[in-house]
Amino acid sequence: MAVLELTNISKHFGAIQAVNDVSLSIEPGQVVGLMGDNGAGKSTLVKMIAGNFRPSHGNMQLDGRELVLHKPAEARQHGIEIVHQDLALCNNLTAAANVYLGRELRRGVGPFRILDYAAMYKRAGQLFAELKSETRPRDLVKQMSGGQRQAVAIARTMLSQAKIVLMDEPTAAISVRQVAEVLNLIRHLRDQGIAVVLISHRMPDVFDVADRVIVMRRGRKVADKTIASSSPEEVTGLITGAIEQVA
Amino acid sequence: MAVTLDQTIAQKQHTFMSRLLGSQTFWVVIAVILACLFLSFATDAFATQKNLYNITRNITFVAIVALGMTFVIITGGIDLSVGSVLCLCSMVLAVTMHAGYGIEVGILATILTALVIGAFNGILIAYLGFPPFVVTLGMLSIARSLAMVASNNTVVFQFGPDHDKLLALGGGAWVFGIANPVLYMILLALITGFTLRWTKFGRHIFAIGGNEHAATLTGVPVKQIKVAVYMISALSAGIAGIIETGWLGAVTTNIGTGMELQVIAATVIGGANLAGGVGTAFGAIVGAALIEVIRNSLGLLGINAFWQGTFIGGAILLAVLFDRIRNFRRSD
Repeated sequence: MAVLELTNISKHFGAIQAVNDVSLSIEPGQVVGLMGDNGAGKSTLVKMIAGNFRPSHGNMQLDGRELVLHKPAEARQHGIEIVHQDLALCNNLTAAANVYLGRELRRGVGPFRILDYAAMYKRAGQLFAELKSETRPRDLVKQMSGGQRQAVAIARTMLSQAKIVLMDEPTAAISVRQVAEVLNLIRHLRDQGIAVVLISHRMPDVFDVADRVIVMRRGRKVADKTIASSSPEEVTGLITGAIEQVA
Repeated sequence: MAVTLDQTIAQKQHTFMSRLLGSQTFWVVIAVILACLFLSFATDAFATQKNLYNITRNITFVAIVALGMTFVIITGGIDLSVGSVLCLCSMVLAVTMHAGYGIEVGILATILTALVIGAFNGILIAYLGFPPFVVTLGMLSIARSLAMVASNNTVVFQFGPDHDKLLALGGGAWVFGIANPVLYMILLALITGFTLRWTKFGRHIFAIGGNEHAATLTGVPVKQIKVAVYMISALSAGIAGIIETGWLGAVTTNIGTGMELQVIAATVIGGANLAGGVGTAFGAIVGAALIEVIRNSLGLLGINAFWQGTFIGGAILLAVLFDRIRNFRRSD
C-alpha cells in the first residue's frame, strides 16, 4: 500500500498556477527522484507535503488516511521529515545538539528538567554509526565537511519513526566523494523501509539511487516511470519540453 | 591508513587544555589576575580590605546587567536601553516608596515596569521585525524621559517607611562581610549559567544566534524566545536598579547614563560575540571585573581619569583581536 498518495493536487498563488492537477503515490522503501527545471513546481509540491503550503485543490493521504497540515511541525508529527537544501544547521552547536534541535531530550521530574547530554550524545553517536559516517557527536558543525553536515541533517530524520523523508537538492553543493556518501545515506534510509523523495537537478544521482523518476514541467507531472524503463536522455527531453509527455 | 571508523570517532578532538587556551574568557581572567598582582605590589592602596570591598561591589551593577545582556547578545540581538531602563526602574522604586508604600510593593512595581518594557522591546523586534538596534535606541530615550516625568526630574532620597530596609538591602553586607550586591551577582550568575547550559530554553537561545532560519525550521519557538530574552535583559537592569538605589541611598535621573556601553563592553570582553551564538555568564562577570580593575587602577596609579575611556576601549579591541587571531589560525 502506498505510504503517501496525492490526488489531483493543485496550488495557485493568485493567477500563477504553480502546481496543476498532480497525482502520485509513493510506496514504503521506495526512492523517488523528483526532477524538473527551475519553476517547474517541485518545491511547491514538496512544500505542500511538508506543511509549508496548503493545497488549493485535491487531497493528500498518508497511510490511507486524509492528511491536512497547517504547519511544518504537524508534518513531522505525522512522520514526514525534511532535509532542507541549506540543511538548517547551527554552526555554533555540536552535531548532537543539531540532531536534537527542537526536540531535545531532558531528564528530571516535573518542571525541574535539565538537558540530558549523555543520552543525546549516545543516540546521536549510534545514528552516525548506523549511517557509517565519520561524524562525532561532540564536534561543532562549523568544523565539518559537506558530507558530515549532510549526515547530521539526515540523522535528524531518523530520530523518530519517519515514514517519508523529503530531500531538497542534497547533492547540490558538495564534492564528488561526498555525493557518494550522501547517496549511501539515502540507500540506508530506503533499506529501513523509509520512502525517500529526492529532489535533484543531477541526473546521475537520480539514476544511481532512485527506483522511480517523476518529471514536472510548468506545474504538471509529465512523466512517472521506473528508472529501468527510462533513460537520462528521455528525462532531459521531458524536463526541457523536447518530449511532450509520456504515459 | 589502518585507522578504523570507530577509532576516528572515539578519538577526542579537544583536550581540556586546548579548550582552555582557546577560550577568550580564560585570557581575560589571566589579565585580571595579573593586573591585580601588579597593583598589589605597585600600590599600597589596592590590596586593602576597603578597596577590594569597593571593587567587588562596583563590579556588580555592570555585571548583573551584563548577565541579562548575554542572553540578548547570544541570540544575535542587542539592547541599548538597559542604562535608561535601570534609571526608570530605580525611579519607579524610589517614587513608589517615597509615596509611602512598603518595600515589597516598590520592588513589585519595579519588576513589573522592567518586564513590561522588555516585552515591548521584544514584541517589536520579534513579531514586527524591527531591528533590535533601533527599537532599543528608541527605548533608551523613552525610558529616561519617563524617569524624568515620574520624578519631575528631582533627586529622591527619602524612601518612606521602609527606607532603612532598602538601604540595608543594597548597602549591607550580611554574609562574611561580602557586600550584598556581590551576593546577588553571584546568585544571578549561577542562575544564568545554569539556564544557558542545562535548559532547553538556553539551548534554543544559542540555536537562534547560530542560525535563526534553521531554528525556525526545526520548530524552535523563535519569536517567543526573542521576547523572553529582551524581558530578561530589562529585568536584569531592573534588579540592578533596585540594588543600586539601596546602595546609593538616592536616585537622580542621570543614574545609569552611558551604562549600556559598559555593559556591552563587559559582555564582549568576556567572550560573547555580537554576531550571536557565543557567550557565557562567567564571561560577563569577568568582563565587568576587568573594566572595574582598569578603572580602579588608573585612580590608584594617579593617572588622569580622562584616560579611562582609552584604556577600556583598548581592552575591548584587544579582546576582540585575540578572537580574530584564533579565527585566522582556524581557517588556515
